Amino acid sequence: MTLDKLVPGQSGIIEKIDGQGALRRRLLDMGLTPNTLVRVRKVAPMGDPIELYLRSYVLTIRKDEASKITIKGVEK
Amino acid sequence: MGKLLALAGNQNCGKTTLFNKLTGSNQHVGNFPGVTVEKKEGKIKRHPDISIVDLPGIYSLSPYTSEEVVTRDFIVNEKPEAIINIVDATNIERNLYLSLQLMELQRPMIIALNMMDEVKSSGNSIDVDMLSKELGIPVVPISASKNEGIEELIEETVKLVKNKAVLPKIDFCEGSVHKAIHSMAHIIEDQAKEKDIPLRFATTKLIEGDEPMMELLEVTENQKHILEHIVEDMESELKTDREAALADMRYNYIEKICAKAVVRRQETNEQIRSEKIDKILTHKYFGIPIFLGIMLLIFYCTFTLIGEPLKGLLENLIDLGTNSLRNLLESLNVADWLVMLLIDGVCAGVGSVLSFLPLIVILFFFLSILEDSGYMARVAFVMDKLLRKIGLSGKSFVPMLIGFGCSVPAIMATRTLSSDRDRKMTIILTPFMSCSAKLPIYGMITLAFFPKNAGLVMFSIYVLGIIVAILAGLLLKNTLFKGNSVPFVMELPAYRIPSGKSVLLHMWDKAKDFLRKAFTVIFIASMVIWFLQSFDWGLNMVSDSSQSILASIGSLIAPIFAPLGFADWRTSTALITGLTAKEAVVSTLTVLTKAGTDAELSSILNTILTPVSAYAYLAFTVLYMPCVAAFAATKREMGSMKSALLTALFQTFCAYVVGLIIFQVGRLIVG
Repeated sequence: MTLDKLVPGQSGIIEKIDGQGALRRRLLDMGLTPNTLVRVRKVAPMGDPIELYLRSYVLTIRKDEASKITIKGVEK
Repeated sequence: MGKLLALAGNQNCGKTTLFNKLTGSNQHVGNFPGVTVEKKEGKIKRHPDISIVDLPGIYSLSPYTSEEVVTRDFIVNEKPEAIINIVDATNIERNLYLSLQLMELQRPMIIALNMMDEVKSSGNSIDVDMLSKELGIPVVPISASKNEGIEELIEETVKLVKNKAVLPKIDFCEGSVHKAIHSMAHIIEDQAKEKDIPLRFATTKLIEGDEPMMELLEVTENQKHILEHIVEDMESELKTDREAALADMRYNYIEKICAKAVVRRQETNEQIRSEKIDKILTHKYFGIPIFLGIMLLIFYCTFTLIGEPLKGLLENLIDLGTNSLRNLLESLNVADWLVMLLIDGVCAGVGSVLSFLPLIVILFFFLSILEDSGYMARVAFVMDKLLRKIGLSGKSFVPMLIGFGCSVPAIMATRTLSSDRDRKMTIILTPFMSCSAKLPIYGMITLAFFPKNAGLVMFSIYVLGIIVAILAGLLLKNTLFKGNSVPFVMELPAYRIPSGKSVLLHMWDKAKDFLRKAFTVIFIASMVIWFLQSFDWGLNMVSDSSQSILASIGSLIAPIFAPLGFADWRTSTALITGLTAKEAVVSTLTVLTKAGTDAELSSILNTILTPVSAYAYLAFTVLYMPCVAAFAATKREMGSMKSALLTALFQTFCAYVVGLIIFQVGRLIVG
């Protein structure tokens, strides 16, 4: 399952991050590394981007980006 | 010789506030050489021999953004005596990620652990001594906004600079990454020393696959081969790729430290409060209307409630000053031409631009509140989807919106965009948003040609501007600004009450910026236009401006506009004077047609233009290059005259194409 499929309120553990170059590096730099717990908090009014909570801060990324992040252990 | 410090840290961690506290208002703002990344420098209070450079707010030292590259180059090349790394204590894990990379640069370093007040008041705690011991560098708890710990920070930093022997430790890698780094370090040791680059930093970057470092070190083919081999081994052992391996290693190390030093029972009060505020401000249905409401309110306050009266007041003051200057000059029997140059050229030109100062100051008062409170990030979040199609992100929305008021502050506001590419594109597109100075032109044209449909015509031009911006955006995205779009991965910081001092400093900065422009670029431009308007080719002063150099230039370029339907010398001349300020199009046409009243002007315009060509003319005046004030802002924010000229050329080209299409297609339809 990928991160963009989670609905607000759901959380999961990051398994891996696909993609490449600057974008992927930025995701890693912001702390979206394997085994990190991340929760989807919100979807923007126009349906995209999404709001995440991880490592005790709030991050927003686009669904395109989120679709490159594989999530395991999804729970409500 | 003074000592140099560097201040580095993430965005939204209070870096600017700390910088202001450290330096007072004793700051110098410029750009880093070659890029439009802002560089602020100041002297530390009561330590005039120590100056400090505020490096851009970044999250990592990757090679992908100019901000990050500037930071690492600055530290590697300038070798600051020490790095003050400001860390947001409420968000310590992600902040320390940058710290670990800064430590690899092997300069003496101190951590300013900011927002400790919020950590404490929320019932959480951080063992500062433990953190310092684990990282091997001094850590000073501070609260920049409350002015707590600043003195201690300065004291500790001075101490650090004196006993410069202490360098940060770097043994925070383990296992396969450790092995890879140490094998590689051996191989490039000599090159790193020769190029004067910290070995540990160079090695880590090579392992990460950092291209600029590869070139900088002039890595040989043979070494590249070994590097690939080392990296492959590491990747197969860790079952992940090189970049992820390094990021993972750093975060693992941070998690270990935090497990020892940080007690986090709950989110901070500020974070809990922010989530509540966001329930309303980024609400599914209310989010966008609230944002538009806030912007409307700001526009109302800026342009109507406070700005216009102040602008009027300032205009009166300028008139008063101009008149007394005129009287003074006349009483001194100064030559007529000089009086006219100073009064009609300089005072009128600079004065008309200067009267915008209240608008700029007030607009930036509100904008810095939006920015410092954390709301601007929410605007980007809410509006992102709309701007993505033209290759921009939600962050460009606010500058573009301000463009409807005035392009000058709009272009100045692009400073808050974190990516160079987005900033440039936004600067190019913003002037297509029809600014308020163009309203008199609407008035003139609609009165003369479309008195019954004035509202509709105005609305259509506003929409036209937006459509042109979208098309131009698409064009730029697929040509000049291809590919290297900076990803929209943005922190939503907790809402905080902006500090009055920061807001005032920001306003003052922008006002200074604007004044500097008014007295340089605009000063010269006003004199040039005045000269062209007042003299003929024989350098005789003319009383009738239709005999002036300007008018003959107008006649000369007029044929260029024949395909657009307005080849008259008066309309072309007005386009030139329109560059000083767009309203000047109206006053010039009035003067050149010798029209006494608006009605007279209307009837004369009807002999020069047809409704179709008038509409094309209106579209052209709205879209072609903005006034000199906006041009000067473009030059400053783009960082070079060449880029500014290219921008103006592109905008004028777009205007020409649109005017051409309107006239040619319109002619077919109307007949």
